[in-house]
Amino acid sequence: MAWSIMQQALPIFARAFGLTLRLSLIGIVGSMIVGVIVSLVQYFKVPVLSQILTAYVELARNTPLLIQLFFLYYAFPVFGLKMSAEVCGIVGLIFLGGAYMAEGFTGGFNGVSLSQINSGKALGMSPFQLARYVVFPQGFALSMPALTANVVFLIKETSIFSVIAIPELTNTALDLIGMYYRSNEYLFMLVVAYAIILIPIILFLAWLERRVRYGAFGN
Amino acid sequence: MEDEILKVEHLNKFYDNWQALHDINFSLKKGEVLTLLGPSGSGKSTLLRTLNGLEDYKDGTIYFQENKIDPTPKNWQLLRQKIGMVFQSYELFPNLTVIENVLLAPVKVQKRNENEVRKEVEDLLARVGLSYYLNAYPRELSGGQKQRVAIVRALAMKPEVMLLDEITASLDPEMVRGIEEIVEKLSKQDHMTMIIVTHQMNFAERIADEVLFLENGKILEDTPGAEFFKKPQTKRAKEFLESMDF
Amino acid sequence: MVHSGINVLFEGSNFARLMAGLWTSIWIAAISLVIGLALGTIFGILRTLPNKFVRFILRLYLEFFRIVPTIVLLYLVYYILPRTFHVNWPATWMAVLAFALWVAAEFSDIVRGAIESVPKSQRESGLALGLSKIQLFRYVLLPQAVKLELPATINLATRVIKTTSLLMVISIMEVINVGQQIIEANNQQYPTGVFWVYGLIFIFYFVLDYPLSAWAKKLTKER
Repeated sequence: MAWSIMQQALPIFARAFGLTLRLSLIGIVGSMIVGVIVSLVQYFKVPVLSQILTAYVELARNTPLLIQLFFLYYAFPVFGLKMSAEVCGIVGLIFLGGAYMAEGFTGGFNGVSLSQINSGKALGMSPFQLARYVVFPQGFALSMPALTANVVFLIKETSIFSVIAIPELTNTALDLIGMYYRSNEYLFMLVVAYAIILIPIILFLAWLERRVRYGAFGN
Repeated sequence: MEDEILKVEHLNKFYDNWQALHDINFSLKKGEVLTLLGPSGSGKSTLLRTLNGLEDYKDGTIYFQENKIDPTPKNWQLLRQKIGMVFQSYELFPNLTVIENVLLAPVKVQKRNENEVRKEVEDLLARVGLSYYLNAYPRELSGGQKQRVAIVRALAMKPEVMLLDEITASLDPEMVRGIEEIVEKLSKQDHMTMIIVTHQMNFAERIADEVLFLENGKILEDTPGAEFFKKPQTKRAKEFLESMDF
Repeated sequence: MVHSGINVLFEGSNFARLMAGLWTSIWIAAISLVIGLALGTIFGILRTLPNKFVRFILRLYLEFFRIVPTIVLLYLVYYILPRTFHVNWPATWMAVLAFALWVAAEFSDIVRGAIESVPKSQRESGLALGLSKIQLFRYVLLPQAVKLELPATINLATRVIKTTSLLMVISIMEVINVGQQIIEANNQQYPTGVFWVYGLIFIFYFVLDYPLSAWAKKLTKER
């Protein structure tokens, strides 16, 4: 491996690094928002809407992001809905991530023990109060492991944006390989870049998970 | 006329094809302590949970303060403010402190003034020896302390009747006595109306005005407490008492 | 118009070609799973043994796969094997290699977690009966662990199936690559063909994955 080649590529990688971070952040925040809304609709069993959203969750979770992106990027323009690659990427990631996050929240809400719910009922709580004071606070803590796993998953999924030519990390590395035919160097830089993003995030999320769990359940 | 708090008539409860409760009939007057006794699986807890609307029933009628209960979720929600319940496993909310656990129902459900309620519940917590633990989390308390908080949490709603479901069954033996004393004081000093499921026969003998002896979901005996422990009417009850440690 | 576009799927041998492409995806997923699960079981067991060095190495192995996106794994194998090690396998073999190593990493953690969550008293009562270490795994720990790990294993399988969509990037003739060829060849005649072809592939994946994930969910609920 040649260090000089890597050095020269550093500014290009830095730009791609920033883009991967930015797209990940937008995707994660968007997915969280969609996930919360979907899981609330499902929790309160809003008629019709909750069935529609269940179908959405199953469709999004059981199909690959790549084909979702191809659909947005290549098939939608046929009907006059043309979006830039970046917008397609974000929309696709939120479509996928929203379903995963919804599953995470719902799993947490369902994990709250029946005896806790009964003890809330025994205090005369209405269904809404039960959700507000018992199910949501405990359910959120229970859903933390799934949510943090989803965060890491979504960051890694941004690598698939490379197939619709969004110049994020993976796409940039491939471009460089295509231009200069130095695969070892650029792939090494690519792996290191993901490590720099993910290792601190994984450590932080593990810490956060412990904190939330302790706050809610004391263990 | 005596104040009747609860009356149950011809109550039957089914789980799919299995009948958990058979034609239950009894009534409970203000200030009275009713103790449900019987072997495990005899339907005591099911009956208690039914009286709090935690189990539904198709057959039979329950009257609360002489009004027939229409067993809709909405009605039960309102009634539960008058029918306090304490569980074997405490079921404090782990994400809330002691005082938050106790204030939650009076302030959020009953919409009472927080400062007023706080005074009251601080007194109640002091009575059970928990003044120093107002801001502790349940995880920092012993089982006995948790159960005291759970009792106060139910009392804070000023219920007309309290349902106690084996509240000492999960406790270490040395903690049991303290909880029993609290319940006895509630009866003797505050004249709280209570229905108690317990396996502690000494305690039942001290506190029961009336005993319902259940087996296989049927009431075999409905006898005043003083009589039941000296001279049970049925052979099954006699055998049951002989098998229990006093 | 959209309604005529659907005919692109049945033009010539298009449908058969798509099915053949799908079959390529399926068998790569299946072989990768078989190899990966076998390897992952061994790694998982090793990770419950006391040897600190082995545990450290396997942990490192797992963390590598946790950090590197699967698409990057494919490129690593695809570029580095021939160029640096002069291994000139067909792309499908390389894909199987990358997938199997990835599955092994993920599965090793599932196996380790499941073995460790078998109650300690089970382990002790096995040893109290005089079982050897291997017998303990064979008769007590693994059978209980398999039951615990089944939902996670099924979910892993659904992920592997979905991830076969990435095989197109190392020019394997799987269903999406075939689809692209069909779209390009018929673009003049069926401008909306892209919608139908990708739509069909979308449905293919859903039909493969949905029953599996529903099964896993059902198993989890039954606990």
